[in-house]
Formats: sequence, C-alpha cells, structure tokens
Amino acid sequence: MYTQTDIIKDTTQPGPDGTEGELVINVGPQHPATHGVLHLVITLNGETIQKIEPHLGYIHRSIEKMCESLSYRQFIYVTSRMDYLSAHINNLGCAQCVEKGMQIEVPGRAQVIRVLMSELTRIASHELWIGAMAMDLGAFTPFFYTFRERETINDIMEETCGARLTMNYMVPGGVMYDLHPDFHKRVKAFVAQFKHKVTELDDLVTNNIIFQSRTKGVGILSREDAISYGCTGPVGRGSGVNCDIRKLYPYAVYDTLSFDEVVETAGDSFARYMVRVKEMYQSISIIEQLIDNIPEGEFQAKTKAVLKLPKGEFYTRVETARGEFGVYIVSEGATTPYRIKFRSPGFSNLSALHHMAKGSKIGDLMATMGTLDLVIPDIDR
Amino acid sequence: MDLREEIVENNKPFPGEVHQVPGGGIVVSTFNDIINWARSNSLWPLTFATSCCGIEMMSVASSKYDFSRFGFEVARATPRQADVIIIAGTIVNKMAPVLKRLYDQMADPKYVIAMGACAISGGPFFYNTYSVVKGADHVIPVDVYIPGCPPRPEALLHALITLQEKIKSGLTRDQIREPFKASV
Repeated sequence: MYTQTDIIKDTTQPGPDGTEGELVINVGPQHPATHGVLHLVITLNGETIQKIEPHLGYIHRSIEKMCESLSYRQFIYVTSRMDYLSAHINNLGCAQCVEKGMQIEVPGRAQVIRVLMSELTRIASHELWIGAMAMDLGAFTPFFYTFRERETINDIMEETCGARLTMNYMVPGGVMYDLHPDFHKRVKAFVAQFKHKVTELDDLVTNNIIFQSRTKGVGILSREDAISYGCTGPVGRGSGVNCDIRKLYPYAVYDTLSFDEVVETAGDSFARYMVRVKEMYQSISIIEQLIDNIPEGEFQAKTKAVLKLPKGEFYTRVETARGEFGVYIVSEGATTPYRIKFRSPGFSNLSALHHMAKGSKIGDLMATMGTLDLVIPDIDR
Repeated sequence: MDLREEIVENNKPFPGEVHQVPGGGIVVSTFNDIINWARSNSLWPLTFATSCCGIEMMSVASSKYDFSRFGFEVARATPRQADVIIIAGTIVNKMAPVLKRLYDQMADPKYVIAMGACAISGGPFFYNTYSVVKGADHVIPVDVYIPGCPPRPEALLHALITLQEKIKSGLTRDQIREPFKASV
C-alpha cells in the first residue's frame, strides 16, 4: 500500500514541464467492489482512466509452497480455499492430475457424480456473481433473489458432502462418500425451482434499462486481445473465443453430453453477463441429462493408502466457473509433489483490466471489473 | 460467578426494574445500562472480507439467514461509520497493517469478531506458512471468536448475539478496562 503522501498528489494544475494534471487514487484493499482485497492504483486525468495498476499479495497464503509438504491426498483440501466459489471444480482438477499420474481408472458412477456436482457449483457461483455484480451497480434486490437459489444448492451440497462452501468431496479415484438418499429428489426440486424463478432475474436485471445502459459498450475486449491476454471462461467467451475446456479437452463424462458452448461476440460487459446467464441454462440442461442416469456401482476406485506418483510432469485442466484452471505437478517419485503450479483463470483475466478500462470513465470501472468475476484468493494463492 | 453466568444473568430484554403505578409503569435504571442496551441493538458491521468466510458472511446478510433481524443490517464499507469489524478470512503479513489501520479509523466504541479458523489461529492449513499471520489477535484485540472453516451462518449469528450480550452486560474488553469512558 502506498502510505507516502506524495503518491496522492492532486496536480490539477499543469506541471512545471507543461504536462497535464494527473490524479493517483487507491481503490482497495478494503473496498466493497473489489470483492476481496485487491488493490488498484488508478491514474486519472479528470474522470478518465489513464492507467490501472493492480497490486496483489494481500491474501497470498503460499498455497503452492505448502502443497510441496503435503501428500497427494492432503493437498486437494487446500485447493478448496483458493477459488472457494468453484471448490468442487478445483478439487476435481487436482484429483484428475493425481489420477493421470497414477493411471487410476475412475468408476462411471463417480464420473457422473463429479459432473453433477461441478455443474451445481457453476450455477451457485454464477448466481452469487449476478447478485454481487448487480450490487456493484447499485441494485441491492437481485442479491436476495440469487442467494435464495444459491442457498438451495448449498443445502444439497451440505447433505452429500457435509459442508456448504469448502466441500473437499473429490478424492483421487472418485468421490469421498456416496450420494445422500435425498440427492435425486432435492436436485429435481432445485431444477424446477430454478426454471420457475429465473424469469424474475430477467425482469430484475437482464431487461433492466439501467443495467443495460451501464454495461452495454463498456469495457470492450476484442477477440485478439482476449487471446493474447490469455482470458478464459466467460471473459474469453464474451469476446468470441472458443475456450470452453469441457468442449476442447473433455474430461469426466462431458464428451457424452449434449450442451452448447455459449459464445458472445460483442466483448463488452453485457456480453460477459449474458454468457454467464446462458451458461446457467446449459448447466441445468446437463444436470437434467444426468440426474436420472446415474449408473450404479462403486463411487470410489480401490487405491493404495499412500499414493506415489511416478517421476515425471503431469498437467490437467478443468473449466471452473471463471475459466481454465490448470494443475501442473512435478513429481520426483516421492509421496509429496516436488513442485505444484496452479494456473488460475482470475490472474489472466485481471491482467486484461488495464487494457479494458483505459480511456473509460471511472464510473464504468465497477461494471468492467465486476464482470471479470475476480476471486482474489484464486489470484494470489 | 464466572463470566458466562454473569452475562446470562445481566441479559434482560430491557435493563432496569419496572415499578407498576396506576396508568402505566416507571422504569428505574442506570444511564450506563440504557446506553449499553441501545448500543447493542444497533451494531453496524464493516464489510471486511478477505477470503472464503466472506461468502458465508454474505449468506448471513441474505434472505435465508438475514442478520437484520438482530440489528446488523446496516453493513458499511467505510470503517468510519462502522462499529463492529468481522474479520472474515485469512490475514497475511501484507494485509496486517491495513487491518490495524482500519481498526484505528473506527470510532469508539468498537468491537471485533474473528470469524473462522484463519482469523483465530492462522487456519487449519496455513499455520505453517511464511506469509500468514497466526491469528488476527496478533494485530488487533478480538472480542468474540467463531471456530469453523468456514463457520456456518448460524455460528456467525450466534457470535453476533453473544457480542450483544457482552455489550449489554458491560463486559467487553473496553468496558471492563475503562468502564466510564466506554459508556459515555
């Protein structure tokens, strides 16, 4: 943090060398719109943004370093705390990387349960994002509507996994427990509730003229820039990049399902919003395809008590609610990894913020930054 | 009598004795008790969330759990308008000076709730790392601790109610240390 007084210089007068006045302001680390502890140093000229410099590290918990001293079963639990809104999908990526190294065959029932849980997590994450995003733009009511659906999913998670938020349900070889007997009934009820209530969201947010005029044409990211910044997930797809890992590199049972990759071409904040809304419909369609077709059988493969990956390097990727999440393990053949690197979607998406917001008004920054759907512990790790 | 029993003993709906007289009643109380009672029912929390516990804090604010039932709905983004800081999430070395500064910017009387294992002791995982502060009470004094990773919303509600009970009983840290200053 800049504590020196010289950084907050209001040079409304032209400088001695004739340059125009600049105003440097700090947004964060304690700021409601940064969704955590992101710190932005913004250089303004009047109301126009000239430069945005994100400062990270306010929630750096050294997760990658810590994973080096944890066994292949243990390190998965820490990754729930990275992108806590996609905790299931983070766990899945790590479990798949260990399975790839150990060449463990995952039972069909576990594969289907994993996809069901991932899609429920995706809906819960997008629901929370819509509420928080609308709150950033000044509308408080959608927050209560979206949290109603989110709480239903949390209850389903709690019954089966035992936790509402950081579930730690995926283990190498399958899932930790079998499904709760009520799971089928509760998910069916949720799907019906979602379809019934989702029109409220359209009325409140999507078709709201204030919301549209604050997001349309704001924070435009072109397709080329999205590719060169490495933007994935709804940010990349909002700019017309086909980057859905579920389609490009299918894992679990995604290759047997019929669903569409949602791509918008406008590249503005509203396009990113629409990608997330349409993705929720796709997730519901995936859940409907699978919920009646969960195969019987084992929910976990037989594995050794102590896992040892062979010497080598392993990489897997999954599609979290924010984009491509990659796990890279370097193994020396021991019970703990030699090095773990996570490729988090938020870091790459944040790097495009300066490019997207440069030249726009500071009032539009909240719409631009909100649609990036940043989770700061995921970026800092 | 231990602290907990004392809190339960002092925790009445309204402080003081009611004397029935024809046409109504007269309440006899102390000024201190009335102020503590009033303060305990209008606590404004600071929206301070660093990580996962912040999502459960949002759940408590939302429709299912709704902490406005207990007088907490006015969540403020600036410390200058807030009374209670809920430390929701891990505090790392880089964030610790910021947390201290936020606490210093809050007006007296101020209260602190440490939510989750990270804010209590550095967390279920992060106790062994180079970057995490091993408990927020190394940085600022804490009134109520909530265990859990993350704690359930009911646990946060219970902590908020416990804080109210402590304030009503005049047993928070500031009130014990400087009883006169904290109440006037």
